[in-house]
Amino acid sequence: MRFDGSPGYVATDDLKLAVNAAIALGRPLLIKGEPGTGKTRLAEEVAAGLGLPLLEWHIKSTTRAQQGLYEYDAVSRLRDSQLGDPRVQDIANYIVPGTLWRAFTSETPVVLLIDEIDKADIEFPNDLLRELDRMEFQVYETRTLVRARHRPLVFITSNNEKELPDAFLRRCFFHYIRFPDRDQMEAIVAVHFPGLKQALLREALETFFAIREVPGLRKKPTTSELLDWLKLLLAEDIPPEALRADDRRTLIPPLHGALLKNEQDVHLFERLAFMSRRSPARDG
Amino acid sequence: MLTRFFFTLREHGVPVSIREYLTLLEALRAGVVGADVDGFYHLARAALVKDETHFDRFDRAFGAFYRGIESVAGPGAEIPLEWLRRQAELALTDEDKALVESAGGWDEIMRRFRERLAGQQGRHQGGNQWIGTAGTSPFGAFGYNPEGIRIGQDEGRHRSAIKVWDAREYRNLDGDVGIGTRTLKLALRRLRRFARQGAATELDLDHTIERTARNAGLLDLAFRPERHNAVKVLLLLDVGGSMDEYSRLCSELFTAARSEFRHLEFFYFHNCVYDHLWTDNRRRHTARTPTRDVLHRFNADWRLVFVGDAAMSPYEILRPGGAIDHVNEESGADWLRRLVGVYERSVWLNPTPEPAWRHYHTIGVVREILAGRMFPLTLDGLDGAMRALVR
Repeated sequence: MRFDGSPGYVATDDLKLAVNAAIALGRPLLIKGEPGTGKTRLAEEVAAGLGLPLLEWHIKSTTRAQQGLYEYDAVSRLRDSQLGDPRVQDIANYIVPGTLWRAFTSETPVVLLIDEIDKADIEFPNDLLRELDRMEFQVYETRTLVRARHRPLVFITSNNEKELPDAFLRRCFFHYIRFPDRDQMEAIVAVHFPGLKQALLREALETFFAIREVPGLRKKPTTSELLDWLKLLLAEDIPPEALRADDRRTLIPPLHGALLKNEQDVHLFERLAFMSRRSPARDG
Repeated sequence: MLTRFFFTLREHGVPVSIREYLTLLEALRAGVVGADVDGFYHLARAALVKDETHFDRFDRAFGAFYRGIESVAGPGAEIPLEWLRRQAELALTDEDKALVESAGGWDEIMRRFRERLAGQQGRHQGGNQWIGTAGTSPFGAFGYNPEGIRIGQDEGRHRSAIKVWDAREYRNLDGDVGIGTRTLKLALRRLRRFARQGAATELDLDHTIERTARNAGLLDLAFRPERHNAVKVLLLLDVGGSMDEYSRLCSELFTAARSEFRHLEFFYFHNCVYDHLWTDNRRRHTARTPTRDVLHRFNADWRLVFVGDAAMSPYEILRPGGAIDHVNEESGADWLRRLVGVYERSVWLNPTPEPAWRHYHTIGVVREILAGRMFPLTLDGLDGAMRALVR
C-alpha cells in the first residue's frame, strides 16, 4: 500500500512520505496544522486513495477513551431482565462496540480517523496508549480479548488546544501541515475549481494573501475559507476587476464574510484599506 | 552511524527518545525511503520530532550532522549563549520582544547570530550587518562586543531582573520539570471540587437499588446530574512593569486555569490592589471595576488567587496616596487585608524565586497580610497553594 496523493487533494512530498511511513510501520500518524489546512480531509483522501473504508471518531470535550472501545449497556440489560427477555442470559448482547473495536474487527484494513484529539480531557490520549500500540484491548465483562485483524491506519488530528503527553507522542509519526505557499495554493484551487479563469484566480489569491498579511487579525483566513470564497465569487459571477485592491468603489473585497469571521477583523481591515487608499492620493 | 545523529539531535535540544529512534531505524529497514537525503530528512522528522516548535532545532541538528561540522558557538564553544540571552532579555522592550517573536523566536535569532558570527572576522562597531556595539543589526541591540558582555547600565533600576537572572534558580526549576500548560493544569487539578448540577443524566445506582426494593423488585431507575468541578476562582493578576519578564509564565498559568475552572473570574491590578481593578489592559483607565463591587459580587465561596511579584516601593503598599499611578485614599495594605478578610481561602502566587524573597521588604509585608500563604509560581509552589485553597 502506498499513498501517492489523489486527484482531489494536493499533498506535499513530505506529507506523502509521512503517510507512507505510518502505513509501512502500522503506527498512528499525528497531524497538526492551522485550522483549514486539510487535516481531516487527509484521512478521507487516503482512505479513498487506497480504497479502504474510513471510520471516523470525532472527539468532544466529554468523550472518554472507553467509548471508543465499547460500552456496556447495563440499563438495557436490567430492563430486559425485568421483562424476562432471553437475550439477558448473554452479557455480550449488551456490549456495544465503539469505533476502535469496529476498526479492529473489520474484515479489511480500514482507515481510522481520530479527529481533534485535543478536544478531550487531558488524560484521554494516555488512556489509549496500549490500544494504539498493541492494537488490542480486553473486554472485562466477557473476558475476551479484541485484537486487530489488520492494523488500521490511524490518523489523529490536533488543533493544539491542549498539549499531548509525551508517552503518546512517542508512539506516533508526526506531520505538521504548513500553510500552503502561493504555488501550492494555486494547485489546490486548480484541483477544486478546474477551469477557473486565470485572471480571477490571480486577483483572488492576491487579495487572500494580502488579507493574511494584515497584522493583528484575530483569525487569519485559511485554505478552506479561500475555497468557500471562490465558490461564492463564482456563484455571484463577480468579475476579477472587482477584486483589485486599487478599485476605488469598494473598501473591502466583495463577499468578505467568507474570509473574515469576526467584526473586529472586518473593522480592522476596513480601517487599513481606508488608510492605504488615502496614502497614494496624498502622494499624488 | 545513525547513533551519532541521535546524539547530535539530543545535543541540540531535540527531545528524542530511544523508542522513536528505533522507529526510525525500523522505517529505514522497511524501505520507506530510498537513498536520498530529502526523503531521509522528512522521514527522520516525522519519526523523531513531535512538536512543530522543535522543527527548527531539528533543522539545525540535521544541518550540523549532514555537513559534519558543528555550528559555531554550539555546545562547548566559548560564547555563553545564556549571557547573550540574558542581556537581550534585559535590554528589550515589549515591542522588541514582539519583534523577536516575529523573527522566529530566540532560536531562529540565535541561529542567524551564529551564521553571522561565522562570517565575521574582527571587532565591529556601528553599521547594520555585523555584530557589535552601537549598530542597528538585530544583534547590535544585544549589546555584544567581542571583548565581552556589556552588563546593562540600568542595573539599579531593574534590580529584580538582574538578581533573578543571576541566580538562575528559577530557570533550573523551569527546565527540570518542563513547566507548561499541561503540567500546570495537572497541578491545578488538585483544586477540583466536584458537585452535581444540571440535567440528571447519570444512573444513580444506590438510589436505583433502594427504589427498586421499595417497588417490590420491579426496576425503578433513578438518575442524577453528572459531577462537575464547582470550585470558583477569583484570579487577580499583577500587570505591573516588573511582571513583564514573567509574562509567558503568567499567560500559561492563565490558559491552564481558564480551561480547568469553569467558574473563573479575573481582574488585573498594578503592583498592589487599590480601589479599582480592571479586566482589559487597554481600557484600564476607562473600564474599571471598583474593588468594593468585586467584594460584593463574589461571595466568600470564591477562592482568591493573587499572582504578582509583590516587589514594589514600600510606600505603594503602606501609605495612602502611595500608588504608582493614582492617588489612593486607603493604603494597599488596607485593601489587601479587606480582600483576605472576605476570602479566607486565598493565596498569593509569586513568580519571583523563593530564595530571593527576603531581599524585598514588600514581599514580607504581603506575606504577613496573607498569613504566610505566599507560594512560588513553580509546580511545587502551585501544589502547595492548591492544598491551601482546598482546606
